[in-house]
Amino acid sequence: MTNFTPFLSLGGGLLIGLATVALMASHGRIAGINGIVNGLLTTRLSPDWAWRFAFLAGMIASPLILLGATGQLPQISIPSSPLLLVIGGFLTGVGTTLGSGCTSGHGVCGMSRLSVRSIAATLTFMAMAGMTVFLIRHVFGG
Amino acid sequence: MRLLSAFAIGLVFGCGILISGMGNPAKVMNFFDVAGTWDPSLAFVMGGALLVTAIGYRLVFKMDRPAFSSTFSLPTKQDLDVKLIGGSAIFGIGWGMTGFCPGGLVPVLGLGLGEPLLTGAAIVAGMLAARLATRMTIKEQPAGA
Repeated sequence: MTNFTPFLSLGGGLLIGLATVALMASHGRIAGINGIVNGLLTTRLSPDWAWRFAFLAGMIASPLILLGATGQLPQISIPSSPLLLVIGGFLTGVGTTLGSGCTSGHGVCGMSRLSVRSIAATLTFMAMAGMTVFLIRHVFGG
Repeated sequence: MRLLSAFAIGLVFGCGILISGMGNPAKVMNFFDVAGTWDPSLAFVMGGALLVTAIGYRLVFKMDRPAFSSTFSLPTKQDLDVKLIGGSAIFGIGWGMTGFCPGGLVPVLGLGLGEPLLTGAAIVAGMLAARLATRMTIKEQPAGA
């Protein structure tokens, strides 16, 4: 069980939106995490690396800001086994790369621009994630 | 200034993820578990993010150019293809298995726990594998689409 947190979730969503708009206004870039990471996975050194690296470093440092502000680190719970994490993680990397985007790139940036590709992608990965959770929890009884 | 702003925007993005619950796999999986312990919170994350972005992007695109760059870099593809839908389907299966989407995972890496690091390594391996596979396919069909 997790608690229903409409206000925190809405607030977090507003911050995600704010950062997404700010990245476009400052760097002219889509705040898609898959795309930002993929741009770092190049063999040639690129001037493009710096902002990607800085953005991801900021994301990784964000728990410290919350620790400073609230006095505690965010609590998370990971229901899946390490084996499931590795298989699911690998599929996530393959899928977001082939599909050119993830929840942030397609789900937020693309959908807000009413991109048909992003709407189709988001509907597809949401439906498949729902089906997968259903199978894991109610069919295979994980 | 340019890099500092990217860092600061990453901080805000990461805080948003953590506050919203997108970084908590149990919450993500419960969002999808309509038939079980359903937690609809994440609909509010998407709603809030889309609201701000839809309005904000409209305003930003009225600017001649971004503050630190000469152009806005936007995807130009319009058509649906097998790669987009197939890739998204594969991502959905992976997301359902772990509860971690790439954006949800990155801020959680900062907690220094083993399981998120393991998941992150697997995601990067998947990205590299997909790029290798794509490159090989393109080489095999030089005249292909």
